[in-house]
Amino acid sequence: MGSGKMRRASVFTSSRPDEKGFFVAAALQAGCVSRGRRAEAGQYGKKNGMEKNAGFMKALKCRECGREYPLAATHVCEFDFGPLEVVYDYDRIRQSLTRPAIQSRAQTMWRYRELLPVAGEPTVGFQVGFTPLIKADRLARRLGVRELWVKNDTVNYPSLSFKDRVVSVALSRARELGFTTVACASTGNLANSVAANAAAAGLKAYVFIPADLEQGKVVNSLVYGAEVIGIKGHYDEVNRLCAEIAGKYGWAFVNVNMRPYYAEGSKSMGFEIIEQLGWRVPQHTVVPMASGSLLTKVRKSYQEFVGLGLVPEADYHVHGAQATGCAPISTAQKAGLDFFKPVKPNTIAKSLAIGTPADGFYALKVMKDTGGAADDVTDDEVREGIRWLAECEGIFAETAGGVTVGVAKKLIASGRIPANDSVVLCVTGNGLKTLDAVAGQVGRTREIKPSLREFEALLDAETRSTANV
Amino acid sequence: MAAKIRIPTPLRKLTNNEEIVEVNAGTIGSAIAELQTRYPGIQERLLDDGGAVRRFVNVYVNEEDIRFLQDQQTPVRDGDEVSIIPAIAGG
Repeated sequence: MGSGKMRRASVFTSSRPDEKGFFVAAALQAGCVSRGRRAEAGQYGKKNGMEKNAGFMKALKCRECGREYPLAATHVCEFDFGPLEVVYDYDRIRQSLTRPAIQSRAQTMWRYRELLPVAGEPTVGFQVGFTPLIKADRLARRLGVRELWVKNDTVNYPSLSFKDRVVSVALSRARELGFTTVACASTGNLANSVAANAAAAGLKAYVFIPADLEQGKVVNSLVYGAEVIGIKGHYDEVNRLCAEIAGKYGWAFVNVNMRPYYAEGSKSMGFEIIEQLGWRVPQHTVVPMASGSLLTKVRKSYQEFVGLGLVPEADYHVHGAQATGCAPISTAQKAGLDFFKPVKPNTIAKSLAIGTPADGFYALKVMKDTGGAADDVTDDEVREGIRWLAECEGIFAETAGGVTVGVAKKLIASGRIPANDSVVLCVTGNGLKTLDAVAGQVGRTREIKPSLREFEALLDAETRSTANV
Repeated sequence: MAAKIRIPTPLRKLTNNEEIVEVNAGTIGSAIAELQTRYPGIQERLLDDGGAVRRFVNVYVNEEDIRFLQDQQTPVRDGDEVSIIPAIAGG
């Protein structure tokens, strides 16, 4: 169990002091800033496309060995392949990011701008975030828990999933580094968001998806004019190919070479939860896990707000949700392991179908450190979760939302979330994108002629049959 | 008898910028040992202190993750293609 002090120490480790010219070198080493692009980047207000300063960022740092790197478009440690993470200047952030400052700003994710990794002002997606936090009393009763909240990213702007958070950061940063073409490997929602945000920003977009994705998600990428490449394989194969493509082409792959910036965007979901709860950290947060990144970043957001003194120290538990057909992290957590075994996904929750979760190791650590649990649910339970959220709260979530509700149900029923506690569910994507997953299984239409007599006969028949049950 | 190993960008400094290296070893484990003989220092980048493949390194033989095969005992045959790829984030 991580004590408050431990938690703070892990995020607020100091890094080496700034060196003169360090950041200029960083931008030069980005390797992406050709002359032409540099000139083009100038039109976004950066002289020569170079950064005079890096905002509140200090460096990139390997999470495994601590080696530091310039703030370029690079994502893995050259030594041990560990993921790189942005290091911030928390002393300066503390001066700037106060509750009154935050409350005076526009209601978007960018009101926490100091903790998001762009050097200047965001240029892509500045309306993203600050989605509703719903007090879900009816669902709370059905799940049997005292207090329940739904963080509703089904209505995130513009592409109806939490991915708009990560993409607005990644694309804003990509522009700062001089890129004009952006790309991603995606299970669908990310593709939609990259396509939409790139279109609005005038960037060229390539999105790579498994070829068998839900039709809604495919159309939702094509309509923005993105180049959509369907790969005959599952997401892990798309991912592997994209790692190879990213090494070869000078593009900003939001979840490959831009990943250190991209992933930080997820923290905004946690910042908003704290602020919308009235500046407190929720006792329990249930987060869906694909790569495990969102779960680790929600936890980091809580650590940062506590560390900056924006909220008091509190005990909190972060729980992870997966679909049984792709549950490498949940399986490991339940077995008490700190490593996972990759799996071949087979689930209707395609947005979570990552069999080799890159942040699985850290997600397991977060659950262990916060006393959180993981569980997984079958496809039928996913559909039930979708229905319950819709019937109780009027929120239509995609399959990942059904996973989160279904797992919350299991955690509450088993006492891993005590019935008297308060819970936040992170609902990350919109149900209109995965209609196929529930079509035909959520009730049926009864057809009649436009006749009052037929309607009354129908009502009568149905009332009688209900009475007989 | 030779299999091709595709060297990822972060390791090419060790292989004199060679993108593809041919090895004659019979398994992934011995292929890594052979790489180490030719490019000293490469082994510690791929394996941890206990000799296991580092947790953020994914190794594929003909596009299949060796964790679905026989890990370091996975056979490598003539004409096989081996990829070494860092784990990357979700989407």
